[in-house]
Amino acid sequence: MKKLMVTASPHVKSGDTVTGIMLDVIIALIPALIAAIRIFGPRALLVVVVSVASCVLTEYISRKIMKRENTIGDLSAVVTGILLAYNLPANIPLWMVVFGAVAAIAVVKQMFGGLGQNFVNPAITGRIVLLVSFSTAMTTFPAPLAWTGSTDALTTATPLAALSQIDLGGDIAAQMASASLPTLPQLFFGFIGGSLGEVCTVALLIGGLYLWARRVISPAIPLSFIGTVALIMLIASKGNLTFMLYELMSGGLILGAVFMATDYATGPVSRSGKILFGIGCGILTAVIRLFSNLPEGVSYAIMIMNIVTPLIDKITTPKPFGYVKEKKQKEAA
Amino acid sequence: MKKQKKNSLCKEFTKGIIKQNPVLRLVLGTCATLAVTTSFVNGLGMGLAVIVVLVCSNVVISLLRKAIPNKVRIPAYVIVIAAFVTIVQMIVKAYVPVLDEALGIFLPLIVVNCIILGRAEAFAGKNPVLASALDGLGMGVGFTAALCTMGLFRELVGSGTILSGIQSLLSIFGDNVFGGFNGIDLYEVFPWLEKLSLQPITLFILPSGGFFTFGVLMAITNRLAEGKGEKKAELPDCAACPMASACRMKPEEQHKEGTA
Repeated sequence: MKKLMVTASPHVKSGDTVTGIMLDVIIALIPALIAAIRIFGPRALLVVVVSVASCVLTEYISRKIMKRENTIGDLSAVVTGILLAYNLPANIPLWMVVFGAVAAIAVVKQMFGGLGQNFVNPAITGRIVLLVSFSTAMTTFPAPLAWTGSTDALTTATPLAALSQIDLGGDIAAQMASASLPTLPQLFFGFIGGSLGEVCTVALLIGGLYLWARRVISPAIPLSFIGTVALIMLIASKGNLTFMLYELMSGGLILGAVFMATDYATGPVSRSGKILFGIGCGILTAVIRLFSNLPEGVSYAIMIMNIVTPLIDKITTPKPFGYVKEKKQKEAA
Repeated sequence: MKKQKKNSLCKEFTKGIIKQNPVLRLVLGTCATLAVTTSFVNGLGMGLAVIVVLVCSNVVISLLRKAIPNKVRIPAYVIVIAAFVTIVQMIVKAYVPVLDEALGIFLPLIVVNCIILGRAEAFAGKNPVLASALDGLGMGVGFTAALCTMGLFRELVGSGTILSGIQSLLSIFGDNVFGGFNGIDLYEVFPWLEKLSLQPITLFILPSGGFFTFGVLMAITNRLAEGKGEKKAELPDCAACPMASACRMKPEEQHKEGTA
């Protein structure tokens, strides 16, 4: 005979575990890894391995020092390690990767209490720490396929750097034709300069669709994020569709929107909050790309929105079922 | 009896170094601390300027403590402090113009540095001259020690140099002191650093790195000062004090400083 169990809510559980979700994210990140190895060579794999290893080791050591239970089994440090590596150029000195991993895990994550307690995304913050510390190494990108010896160029500018030179007041189409931009298929398949995980748009989209199909992420943040950037870029270029597509597929927009803005711990809970979060990220990214002297702004945009997430959560608290506002209550009475 | 008095005077001096370090324990004057500690020399220069102002203003305010009416004591303190800051600024401008340029606005801003007004209000306005001078000296030394430590670390990690520009301070004593020693550039001494692409971590000379260094130093100091039996004081005027929740002063110390 079954016993009557009296426990506190929640009573219906989904069966999701942290490890399971993290495993799904890792699977979703694999296509981009394969693309990165194809485009930038074995050095890209080395950066990913070093980043993951130092993230996991940092997590293990800092939990040990803080005398807390060991959490490397939940794979969250592995995800942070992969995402951090995806945000770095493939030819970055390895000690910088280790430094970024220590900053991401020890300072951003564990000092605030570990998974779920961090208020900004560890991988994004690791990237920003590295970008601020080593601006030259972080913005010198290897040319695609340079490792096979098939091209003469060793390093290359990103399409975003070329795009930022375009004067939006003038004839955009003519300027884009004369600028040394890759073709749209090159952009889509990732044969461009950039951080090792952000270049291959198609691989990132496959990963995003997998996460959506597995119900790991809701499409609210990626769609509102990318949509806002697309809209602003269309307005800024007076309806030039090609310019907008170039802006969407170069830089870290897709990687950031699909994998980093959707981080559970640092994003809003409700759907309307998520849409607001995505729109905020999009506006900040577009403003940084169009008006600042930095070519790329995805990481700063996500970090700033991470910080305002508690405020978004406050204004988008869902209404409990059957709740009547005080004012209406008075009217009814 | 006399020995006891000597002990307490000694305590007035030493308390400012670790136990009540103005920057790391009382968290006063943090703006200047974060801004000027991009190098050891700037930190040391700022610290020395504060020591001079703090000792002089503490002495003068302690001398005038019975003449200043209670209601206008803050304006009176500020005028005394401002006078000494002006003197120090003129001296620095005349003899160490490099330092004056490096410290910029933060040198005249010593006038509103919380440490100085804080010591005047909490100590010099209520205590005899000798104790006030020692209190000022101790607090000043604590401030300088904190700034020098932060400056040394941030400079070493952030730009890869040690004591760079020290000659500008030494030049007060004459030309080419210590054979014109002007700091060490690690990248000149160890060329292999460049080969391993071990670049300086620029973050640490930026404000964010300053905050990080500051936080770590505060944690270390808290650890050092831990377990010295400082219980939270509970006095009638604690309720009115904005620092009450963070205050760790012994009740008897507070009697002396707060209500005497």
